[in-house]
Amino acid sequence: MGLFSRRKTRFVDSDILVIGGGFGGCGATYESRYWGRDLKIVLVEKANIERSGAVAHGLSAINCYMGMRWNENQPEDHVRYARGDLLGIVREDIVYDNARHVDSAVHKFEEWGLPIMKDKKTGRYLREGKWQIMIHGESYKPIIAEAARKAASEVHNRIMVTHLLMDKTKPNRVAGAVGFSVRSGDFYVFRAKAVIVGAGGASHIYRPRAIGEGTGRTWYAPWSSASAYGLLIPTGAKMTQMENRIVLARFKDGYGPVGAWFLLLKSVATNAYGKEYESKWLEHTKAIVGAKYTDSQPFPTCLRNHAMLEEMKAGNGPIYMQTQRVLDTAEKEEIGWEDFLDMTIGQAVVWASQNIDPKEKPSELITSEPYVMGSHATCSGAWASGPEDCAPDDYQWGYNRMTTVEGLFGAGDTMGGAPHKFSSGSFTEGRLAGKSAVRYVRDLKGDQPQLDENEVNELKQAVFKPQENYKLGRNEIVAGTVSPSYLLPLHGLQRLEKLMDEYVGGYSTFYVTSKPLLERGLELLAMLREDLVHLGAEDLHQLQRAWELHHRVLTAESVTRHTLFREETRWPGYYYRADFPKLNDNDWHVFTGSRYDATTGEWHMEKLPVHHIIE
Amino acid sequence: MPTFVYMTRCDGCGQCVDICPSDIMHIDKTYRRAYNIEPNFCWECYSCVKACPQHAIDVRGYSDFAPLGHSVRVLREEEKGVVSWKIKYRDGRVKEFAFPIRTTPWGSIKSPSDYEVPDAKALSSVMLAHEPEALKVDALPTLPARKKG
Repeated sequence: MGLFSRRKTRFVDSDILVIGGGFGGCGATYESRYWGRDLKIVLVEKANIERSGAVAHGLSAINCYMGMRWNENQPEDHVRYARGDLLGIVREDIVYDNARHVDSAVHKFEEWGLPIMKDKKTGRYLREGKWQIMIHGESYKPIIAEAARKAASEVHNRIMVTHLLMDKTKPNRVAGAVGFSVRSGDFYVFRAKAVIVGAGGASHIYRPRAIGEGTGRTWYAPWSSASAYGLLIPTGAKMTQMENRIVLARFKDGYGPVGAWFLLLKSVATNAYGKEYESKWLEHTKAIVGAKYTDSQPFPTCLRNHAMLEEMKAGNGPIYMQTQRVLDTAEKEEIGWEDFLDMTIGQAVVWASQNIDPKEKPSELITSEPYVMGSHATCSGAWASGPEDCAPDDYQWGYNRMTTVEGLFGAGDTMGGAPHKFSSGSFTEGRLAGKSAVRYVRDLKGDQPQLDENEVNELKQAVFKPQENYKLGRNEIVAGTVSPSYLLPLHGLQRLEKLMDEYVGGYSTFYVTSKPLLERGLELLAMLREDLVHLGAEDLHQLQRAWELHHRVLTAESVTRHTLFREETRWPGYYYRADFPKLNDNDWHVFTGSRYDATTGEWHMEKLPVHHIIE
Repeated sequence: MPTFVYMTRCDGCGQCVDICPSDIMHIDKTYRRAYNIEPNFCWECYSCVKACPQHAIDVRGYSDFAPLGHSVRVLREEEKGVVSWKIKYRDGRVKEFAFPIRTTPWGSIKSPSDYEVPDAKALSSVMLAHEPEALKVDALPTLPARKKG
């Protein structure tokens, strides 16, 4: 027994275990309860669901709402939009499924007390853009958390889930999860018939542009630690589109959102000389991806980034949002400020500290470091079974939103191929997974998964190993952070960020990578993975950081391998393969797929078909 | 730094520790008061600032890009359903804003168990809870079943 593995073990049994209490997890919890009145539904979260996940501090808009009741949009329109934005490759069945249900979730949010802004003339929800509606969303998360708390049998806050458990009797079936309490240090074993992963995507995979305290102000939350993928990959679940990382054009340093400025306030972005620049790069962009994709409306997110990058490379930066040209009324000024105060308060701090009044002068824009996630304008995640009534045959193998592992479901950032979900769509996807999980549990009847006790004991040793490493190694040195025997989690994180930035298309190479760079990156990643055994954690907080790092590193390797596999430049503005500088629809109009074998350490890569089910 | 805690206002109640999504508000063992242990993992999300009953927590913008002399203060009044902001610029200008946060009483959301139990057969339909009524259209949209090998 190790020094710290004598910790207490607590067993929690459930029918349905939901991991992650963000929008996906809260939706899953709510819907599971609706259909499974007698089931034990347990929600586990590493922070506190009142303020956890990517929406912790609120939102100023709901970015996915059809408005079918006013005939504003139909689900088919949303599929065309998402497909155009991702240059042809999305799981159309899943995007359609989220879109056709999302309005009912938003209507519930309003009933629950979320203030949605109204258009004074029409009485309808105030549109920010074609898909977005404006909200007073400071308490968006506490409201959704209240609904989830009412639905769950138990909510376990402050438990970091480190691993999923597999069934002893059937090798490809999930049986639960393990983790530890960040407060008491108790080891938790969750036994479940079905597991829904609603964990977060990844910030801090790539070196951030900030260099000090400001590394906390990443675009996606610093607590989005890639658990969506880090938990799934070791189970052998098939992953898709992991190369499809996202780069955001945002207000510089504060990463304030630009949607309301472009769409609602009709502001424009210019170069340093006040000139519009996007149109002049159109031919250049067309030469990379072809006219088929540059004709997409709205103009795809990555291609807008591409134009900004070319303009910056030409020396015409800084790029500016011309806010002062549009803030001509007090109402518009309020909208502009609330946009930040509801969801990116740090941007208001930047304006106040740098004496920038948006009524008077423009603000700088820049492209961020890359992020890996599945709910915004990008679609990394697990390959999942689609909706029973409309998914093509090879997109379904049982239950809607079930991964390739039996009994393992996902929602939000966890689900691949389905971008543009945002908050409302992630909640909706959680609901779809929740209902499916209830059906799965009903169909199981007596055939319950069994834990492998040896596996659980081995994991317990492994989970607390970083504390043991620290305790022993700390005695070797006088003081300080430099030890010959252990690495602190921050050391490992910084090594990861540096190598991903330099070899896998971070901002320092203007997002360019190639086969030789990726292969060198994989060599360094392999050594980093070996070194993770030597992580040292001073306390339970650092133990959480250690396991977040494990999830990030495995995700980063998956990103690198997928990037190597896809031999084309599909999304200029997100990343570039210098050795395959153009989009290649003949060979690569496909999803990339991978399956990791945890026993051999091998990755199996494959192409998965794209079916267009919407004209 | 980005959040910091005023020594004379904090009474060590731990509300900030309980709410912080990043687990970086901890109680100092000597002073028995809260502080930010990891400013480089602070998102400036203000969850702790809003939760502090003593208004003891404030934010100083990130040192690598925010010049000194500013402040962005907040008061979140749950019962009134309002959040109020006061922004002070480095050059002394002040802006104030207030926005609604909720239209219904806290705790008023109905549990899904409080709705009528759905028909057992509905479990295999493609309909979610409260549909189609909550969609506010007559029927859930569907596509013609399409199979491809």
